[in-house]
Amino acid sequence: MVDNAWLIPLFPLASFFLLLLFGKRFGSRSAEVGSLFTFVSFICAAVVFTKSLHESSYKQTFNWLTVGDAQITVGFELNPLNVLMLVLVSFISFLVHMYSKGYMNGEKRISIFYAYLGLFTFAMLALVMSPNLLQLYIFWELVGLGSFLLIGFYFHKQEAKRAAKKAFIMTRIGDMGLLIGMILLFWQTRSFEYSVIFQAVEAGDISQSLLTFIAIMIFVGAVGKSGQFPLHTWLPDAMEGPTPVSALIHAATMVAAGVYLVAATYPLFQASEVALLVVAVTGGLTALFAASIAVVQTDVKRVLAYSTMSQLGFMFLALGTAGYVAAVFHLVTHAFFKALLFLAAGSVIHAVHTQNIEKMGGLWKKLRWTGPLFLIGTLAISGVPLLSGFFSKEEILLSVWDNGNYFLFTLALLTSLLTAFYMFRLFFSIFGGEEKTPIHAVKESPMIMWLPMIILAVFSIGIGYVQTPWFGTFLGDWLTNENSHHEFSLWLMLIATIVSGIGIGIAYILHRKSSLLTEGESSAYRVVANKYYIDELYERTMIVSTKAVSRSLVYIERYVIDGFLLVVIRITRMFAKKATKLQSGQVQQYGAIAFLSLAVLVVVYLVAGGYLR
Amino acid sequence: MTSVPLSAYLVLALILFCIGLYGALTKRNTVIVLISIELMLNAVNINLVAFSKFGMTPAITGQVFSLFTMTIAAAEAAVGLAILMALYRNRKTVHIDEMNTMKH
Repeated sequence: MVDNAWLIPLFPLASFFLLLLFGKRFGSRSAEVGSLFTFVSFICAAVVFTKSLHESSYKQTFNWLTVGDAQITVGFELNPLNVLMLVLVSFISFLVHMYSKGYMNGEKRISIFYAYLGLFTFAMLALVMSPNLLQLYIFWELVGLGSFLLIGFYFHKQEAKRAAKKAFIMTRIGDMGLLIGMILLFWQTRSFEYSVIFQAVEAGDISQSLLTFIAIMIFVGAVGKSGQFPLHTWLPDAMEGPTPVSALIHAATMVAAGVYLVAATYPLFQASEVALLVVAVTGGLTALFAASIAVVQTDVKRVLAYSTMSQLGFMFLALGTAGYVAAVFHLVTHAFFKALLFLAAGSVIHAVHTQNIEKMGGLWKKLRWTGPLFLIGTLAISGVPLLSGFFSKEEILLSVWDNGNYFLFTLALLTSLLTAFYMFRLFFSIFGGEEKTPIHAVKESPMIMWLPMIILAVFSIGIGYVQTPWFGTFLGDWLTNENSHHEFSLWLMLIATIVSGIGIGIAYILHRKSSLLTEGESSAYRVVANKYYIDELYERTMIVSTKAVSRSLVYIERYVIDGFLLVVIRITRMFAKKATKLQSGQVQQYGAIAFLSLAVLVVVYLVAGGYLR
Repeated sequence: MTSVPLSAYLVLALILFCIGLYGALTKRNTVIVLISIELMLNAVNINLVAFSKFGMTPAITGQVFSLFTMTIAAAEAAVGLAILMALYRNRKTVHIDEMNTMKH
């Protein structure tokens, strides 16, 4: 089975082609087709996962190209990180496929939707199996394409179209960084292979400053994909896509690709202090920055989007402070509870047909399934003890504390507080308080929608126990292949719990005073509500200057290049006109010319005395 | 028996060829042009026969070859005259300079 693991990504690809070619014939049954293929893929991934629990990593490559003395290979690699990502992606993708059947019910282009989901799942699964950077880069771009197609799924909406373009362009900027880093690595080591690169790094073949630069360039790619500051602006706008897509791509899997990239190339970062610090600071600042924006947003999906940014920031913070296991652990737990939250939010939107939390309220009694499930997700992300988010967040706090950077530690604590606050603000305003919508119209979602949520909720509660100070550090041992001793720090847990508690408490008090959603008039409020004017800043600087450059280039194109071509065209036409006159239709003239030419040739032959050399 | 030298045959062929060429390139009447072409062909035939008798390696091949050429020339003349007839019926002229529709 392990040798045939390359089949795992091919099932969703088959589903993509099948639905693309015969989608019209399948009609609404496309949902079953897509789900089936993803399910098979998940089963295979699960089998590989159980097999690889006891085996060390497995790798299989073939030569693809030989450039000079450099070999470029393709293949697949199964190390613990890759296998973990495989299972995670295929599992959540399958649940989202299932959920979408209910959510997208009645959509005319449902076969296209499932085809895109298949393409995305294929790209993501193939990405996490890549044994070298070049292959990773190919699927990295394919993942971006899948995201683009799905954000722009409602392309008749102007905002969706614009959001899709924005996502594509913003992530492209990051991808350039990754490409530069890759090329530099190839230049230095003559290989894209992870193992060769890491050996070269370990042997110190690459100079320290260049290594730092390469690591930061690769991190820029991760920043673009994971929506970190300053390339974050696409992520909230990407919420224009259908909600299941937001759950799959913009919360659980694709945005985690950035974290995966840094984790996969971690030895590069470990070799450079500066690069690690850049990662940590970017992550920490983004975490706080995004959390503060989430506090004032009124669109349920946007709150969750900023929360995703903030949590991804947490993961980078962990990576930057040598908390490799903590970051991967948080990636896993976050994938479950954030997918749960998005799906639950989708269920709420499905029921009340609005995304504005000011228009919701009092839905607890009406949404018997969605309410408690949303609460579980909220508790998990807020870091309430004994749920998964608590353990992974505690792990991250520990790694930051061990690193000894108190500034970052404060950032992390503040973010925890804000996280608990804005999540409960969201929860209270949707489910608590007065009913604001005509409640008889509100109906609970069908079983096909809440069943995946229940599965996710179970994992959101339980998945944390793979890495706890009490029962053992299974995940860490498996990932790092050594028996890491986990130090127990009660005080840190206490602080984390207290901080979360304060956040929840503030949310509850404000909810009681029913001033959760009241808009402030202060200038600080306005700055945060406008997302720190980052979009406007880009609009005024980057976009304006790019447009100016493009406009000047248009004139160069129109007058210089086109002008040159015009001259060429005129000269050719002039000669052509002269040449057509030669063709008079007078046969005797042709004969005379032919004879004269022959005569000339003969004379030349005589003078030259033989063949012309 | 005084033998005529090879050069005499060649000069005769040359003169015939030049007359034929001149006629083919200058005459307006297509019949004359066709006749001139026949003249040029026969100049070639004279060369073939002359070389088969007085050439470096005299052989009967040259004379046989000229017989073939004459046969082909007869066929070609028949086809040429047929085309000319068809053209004449269409355009009411045999002047070659007026048959100039194949141009730009």
